[in-house]
Amino acid sequence: MSSLAASDERTALTTAKVIQPAWVRIVHWVNAVAMILMIMSGWQIYNASPLFDFRFSSSITLGGWLGGALLWHFAAMWLLMVNGLVYLTLGFATGRFRKKLLPITPAGVISDTKAALTGKLSHEDLTRYNYVQKLLYAGIIVVGVLIVLSGLSIWKPVQLQWLTALFGGYDVARYAHFICMAAICAFLVVHVALALLVPKSLRAMIIGH
Amino acid sequence: MGRLRSLLIPGVDKQLLVRDAVKAMPDLARRRFIASGASFGALTLLTGCDVSDSFSAEDMLKKISKFNDGVQALIFNPNALAPTFPESAITKPFPFNAYYAVEDAPEINGKDWKFEVRGLVDNKKSWTLEELYKLPQVKQVTRHICVEGWSAIGSWTGTPLRDFLKLVGADTRAKYCWFQCADSEGYNSPLDMRTALHPQTQMTFKFGDEILPRAYGFPMKIRVPTKLGFKNPKYVISMEVTNDYKGGYWEDQGYNSFSGS
Repeated sequence: MSSLAASDERTALTTAKVIQPAWVRIVHWVNAVAMILMIMSGWQIYNASPLFDFRFSSSITLGGWLGGALLWHFAAMWLLMVNGLVYLTLGFATGRFRKKLLPITPAGVISDTKAALTGKLSHEDLTRYNYVQKLLYAGIIVVGVLIVLSGLSIWKPVQLQWLTALFGGYDVARYAHFICMAAICAFLVVHVALALLVPKSLRAMIIGH
Repeated sequence: MGRLRSLLIPGVDKQLLVRDAVKAMPDLARRRFIASGASFGALTLLTGCDVSDSFSAEDMLKKISKFNDGVQALIFNPNALAPTFPESAITKPFPFNAYYAVEDAPEINGKDWKFEVRGLVDNKKSWTLEELYKLPQVKQVTRHICVEGWSAIGSWTGTPLRDFLKLVGADTRAKYCWFQCADSEGYNSPLDMRTALHPQTQMTFKFGDEILPRAYGFPMKIRVPTKLGFKNPKYVISMEVTNDYKGGYWEDQGYNSFSGS
């Protein structure tokens, strides 16, 4: 009896130590691949008709030319969308979004930002996000939804013209799509840098704990 | 080449690999590939996992593009009209766009030109420009969206293609209207029948109330506001109503064939 209880306890302990459940890890890495394919092919597509006074170097684009980049972009979009839908569904259904990302209070964000900038923010307990993380993770989910919607409105400005109109028309939707990409890239820089600074967070996203 | 070398797989002959990759590319891409010096992107697209012989990224991408044709046909609502705009919204000057410079655009004598109608139609007679001009025409101000991403609003006037298809007794159960153009390289493009029958799909004879200028496709352009620009052929010389997929100038090089807006 006592040994049973002890092993139960141990199971409970190991379960409690799981920081990132398997489904989170899977959708995270699938999303990472999909995002990289979308961004690199997107840069090549951008180069065909740049919105701003610069082009992306061909050493960091995917597809080789516009046609190849479009093939990649419209293939990887399925990976991004299906995986994103799985993530949103499970995030809401399991209560993970509510537990991990809420509440976000302005006071909490301000004090944690100060703590982060002065190097006083602790990463002791990886199961709990600080307010800066909460804001960034919630924000990037919103940007992820917006980049898909603006992408759909550029792809189907006739069939989904209500959506294109919501973005302010076809030409404005292109800028919205670009700005979302820039926001994701900025997030990625911070996200990857911090993952490398706190290696156990990277380990948790790979093996779970 | 340092960058390239680090990307390749040990034991695989790099030169052979690159040569194979270049061979598998469409002409235009091949030119760009060579011009831009083997970019990471081109290499990834064309070699992909090809080196393992069991799987090719290029084949996979082509299959997904075909799948996307089906998805777009499913999304396509034959009654959804492309947004129209006031004349004040027309882009001036409206851009000229082709794979050649405007000086090299076909120069067609309207008196000699004939529009040939072939395939699954009752009446296979060829039409002179004078005869076509007599058909009822409508004007539309719509947005032209290029596969490159830019867009421009223009005013096009002509005969709805569906009226013409009815007039010549076309079998509208056929899958495609396939257009051929007067360009020296033989531009052509297939249009799925449901889009051909869309109320805004037009045999265009005028741009901005003037006879279609040479830059915009004199004597006749097919204006399809529910498709990307490259599916709007200019300098059209024939139409074939057919069940066969005959490919197209850009479609064969990798642009998605449905390319609906």
